Amino acid sequence: MDAFSEELMRSVEEDDQEKASVGCGPEIHLPWLSQHIQNTVSHGHKGINFAQTTSICLNFIQEALLKHQWQQASEFLQCYFQALEDFNSQKRQVALQNIWKLGSAILYHHPKSSVETFSAFADRMKNIGVQNYLKISLQHALYLLHKGMVEEAYRNLNQAESWRYGEMSASQEKLIKLIQAYRGLLDYYTWSKKRTELSKFDMDGFATSAATQDMHSYFRQASVNLHEIIKIPGVWDPFVKSYVEMLEFYGDQDGARQVLTDYAYDNNFPSNPNAHVYLYKFLKKEKAPEDKLISVLKILHQIVPSHKIMLEFHMLLRKSKKEEHHKLGLEVLFAVLDFSGCIENITAWRYFAKYLKQIMMEKHLDWVQEGWSSRKDWWPTFHFSYYLAKKNWKENKILALEKAFTSGILLGKGCKYFMYVSKQGHKVQEKSIKTMKKFVMKHNILDSKEL
Amino acid sequence: MRRVAICIGEKVKLRSRVSVLIKREKGWEWYVCEGFQYVLYQQAEALLSLGVCPKLKDEVLHNFWKRYLQKSKQAYCRKPVYSNDNKSAASDSCLSLSGLDSEPELLSIRSCPSSEGEAGSQSDVSSGLILPNIKTIQCETTSVCSGSVDGVEYSRQREKGILKMTLPMTLAFCYMSLLWQRETITLSDLLRFVEDGHIPYINTYQNFPEEMKLYGQDIKFFSIESWPVYEDIYEKMIELGKFLDLPRFPDITENCFLHPDMLCMKYLMEANLPDEMHSLTCQVTRITGMGEVDFLTFDPITQKTKTVKYDVQAVATIVVVLKLLFLLNDNVEWSLSSLAQENNENNHEGKPCFDFRKWYQIMKKIIDEKQQKQEEFRAKYLWKSKKPLYYSSVDRSVVYKRRRMVANLQKQFSILVDSAPNPEKKKPSSFQLNWAEDQNTTCFHGHSLQKILQKKGKSLTTLNSQYWLSTQKFCKSYCKHVTTYEESNFSVSYQFVLNFFSFLLRIKTSLLHEEVSLIEKRLFYKKYENKSKASKSKKARRS
Repeated sequence: MDAFSEELMRSVEEDDQEKASVGCGPEIHLPWLSQHIQNTVSHGHKGINFAQTTSICLNFIQEALLKHQWQQASEFLQCYFQALEDFNSQKRQVALQNIWKLGSAILYHHPKSSVETFSAFADRMKNIGVQNYLKISLQHALYLLHKGMVEEAYRNLNQAESWRYGEMSASQEKLIKLIQAYRGLLDYYTWSKKRTELSKFDMDGFATSAATQDMHSYFRQASVNLHEIIKIPGVWDPFVKSYVEMLEFYGDQDGARQVLTDYAYDNNFPSNPNAHVYLYKFLKKEKAPEDKLISVLKILHQIVPSHKIMLEFHMLLRKSKKEEHHKLGLEVLFAVLDFSGCIENITAWRYFAKYLKQIMMEKHLDWVQEGWSSRKDWWPTFHFSYYLAKKNWKENKILALEKAFTSGILLGKGCKYFMYVSKQGHKVQEKSIKTMKKFVMKHNILDSKEL
Repeated sequence: MRRVAICIGEKVKLRSRVSVLIKREKGWEWYVCEGFQYVLYQQAEALLSLGVCPKLKDEVLHNFWKRYLQKSKQAYCRKPVYSNDNKSAASDSCLSLSGLDSEPELLSIRSCPSSEGEAGSQSDVSSGLILPNIKTIQCETTSVCSGSVDGVEYSRQREKGILKMTLPMTLAFCYMSLLWQRETITLSDLLRFVEDGHIPYINTYQNFPEEMKLYGQDIKFFSIESWPVYEDIYEKMIELGKFLDLPRFPDITENCFLHPDMLCMKYLMEANLPDEMHSLTCQVTRITGMGEVDFLTFDPITQKTKTVKYDVQAVATIVVVLKLLFLLNDNVEWSLSSLAQENNENNHEGKPCFDFRKWYQIMKKIIDEKQQKQEEFRAKYLWKSKKPLYYSSVDRSVVYKRRRMVANLQKQFSILVDSAPNPEKKKPSSFQLNWAEDQNTTCFHGHSLQKILQKKGKSLTTLNSQYWLSTQKFCKSYCKHVTTYEESNFSVSYQFVLNFFSFLLRIKTSLLHEEVSLIEKRLFYKKYENKSKASKSKKARRS
């Protein structure tokens, strides 16, 4: 066989082919791993070394965790531990943090692990180097809480709080404060348990007084810590709630109000809708004047227009005497219905329909038009499509009627929704449909525009 | 039979009569080259257990090592590096240790001024290494930073022309001895055995005797945290051959394993390709002159800067033949496969035709699995040994504590891991893939190439009459590479073929691509000549 000669080389072409997709079965490639597979084969003159294999190992652990393969993850983690022996101290620190995060995740989920293994692991990790003691203690305590071991957690927090290591503890002040705050929270928990116990007791003089004393001491402990943490800007909902509850129990209404107001209005704190909700509920309980309530809820309206309290807000505004509040009431309803979470909220639609009727009769059409102008492009498909008409009528006739009414007002009687529902409704409830139709004929913004 | 050996504490005691050495309670005094000697010893033993001829250890490697020590003036010479010229008193004492030869694993150290070690094999059994004379106290204080006596010195030495010893160099020594013996282990095989742990390389110091303490500067020499790279060891071997002034190596003829014909056959079998391709590879070898004895044999004196990468070249030849047969442009190979498939469906007798598509599908699956396993193996590799290394005695306790902690953590997590018995360490073998015995997958060895060859007069030629060169232009600057490999410029089949073979050899794809280009350069030199002529004339016209 004479294989070849010059004749073979007729064309020498530079190859610039596009990738042909050759048929191999569908494969899911996790991008980071396949990148590594390419990279580790083709490297510079330096061979594949310790740093590279540990990072590949880390990737394998993360992948296994994603896929919930606890077994595999722990196998790879076993081999990752050697990263703690790296000559470079920075890398050691990084390795330590990785090991804690991954190890705790695995131990949390692995079927064979238990609270003891987790605790042993946490204890060991705490004592490697000093930087991580507080953080790991705190997370350990949270884990124990999760498993329902309140006393263990309490003990842990106590131990962590009393840890001192020269400069290190000074720089980790925030962590210490957090630890103290959680301890305060656990104190509150004990306090509230004792309170419920007490309330069940008969008025047995001696026992109650001892128990009450006990309860009071927990209150004192808790309030100190909670008070401290609330001063730091942050989101402290459970802490605030517990603190306020305790203050209310002891009759300190002013203190409670102060705390809530600070929490809601302090500009250093991140914007937190819950803060306003708490304040509002407190004031409502206190029977504060309506103006105050309205001002609180105004802010909430700006932050979370779709909050379920907004309907209450609307009622408040409606009842008020001021005209600007009435206008705001309409805006509030418009805003609520902008959100897809509320599109099937019957109360909201009912309020809306009723209010629109009231407003049209009061001749405040400009308000309606103002609210409608920014929405007329998308509300028709969002709320009043033909498909929705059929769906709503099938599932919830009341909702459909309310919606139809509003659609009639806003879009005129030619609106698909209105027409469908009135046709369907005609067969069932002739009378109410007739009134609806009449009203819509008379009052709708389309016609008034033409005027 | 002579054996490579290590030093013993008693000999040091004898020496201390001569000099003012304070014997440290920390074990023996040992020199860096002794450490390397021990490493080489372990490696040679491992090679022997792989089936290499014992001559390699006792004669070839030993002599290379002796020659190295002589050339680098660490021993076997009149004035060893560390000798203090003033201390002539040391040279007077002569400690003969002839009685030691019967005891295994003993190194005879003596300071004997008379013998100047010859490079050739010595029949005089009693002459051992001449180690340098004892240093003064001044030198001693500096060596506190290393377990070995001359660790600090060794790292500082910058004498021109002296090749320093490193762990990769030990592999260069091994490979050189294998080459001298023309053994059936190629460089890629050797490096693969290293990675699989059959040849000690990482953490060899663990096997040093207890009394040889290792710390401080020694870490630089004896601990390494990366695997060897093919090109690195290859170049080191050439440097070493040059440094040692070695004569021409034994000829590599057609009967040798390292001859392209043999190696091509081996790789064809391993890659599950038809045997009929072998004649084509032989043709290529013949035409390009790569089968010539002079081309193949390593001759450090005349051809100082090169030898042949036998395995890479053989594999590159196979790639060239695949290109000749199938063009590998994401088009022709598939149409040829369809032809073959048609033929196989219609005729069921005789040898089936080789179907590239089928081959591709089978091989891709296998190679993906193997690559995945390789990744996992690498990810799980434990670099840190049970004997931790420390820089100074201050470090020591910290380092040991860390090791204990890591061991503890590992134990803790082993509860979670199903204690599946560790899979048996693979027995080392030349072949990574075996096809003839496997009944589940197709073995393509016996398939024929008839459909892709056509008759042309009296001979057969390939159906495909086109070819494309892997590199149009070679790099002429002073950098190390000859051409670069940019994956996106090439067809998927070519990339696959390169990936496949470079995985088998554990080398970079760019290295294989380079070798393919070089073969093509030889094969199609006329084409290159024409091109350069054309460009020259163009230049002339312009100017």
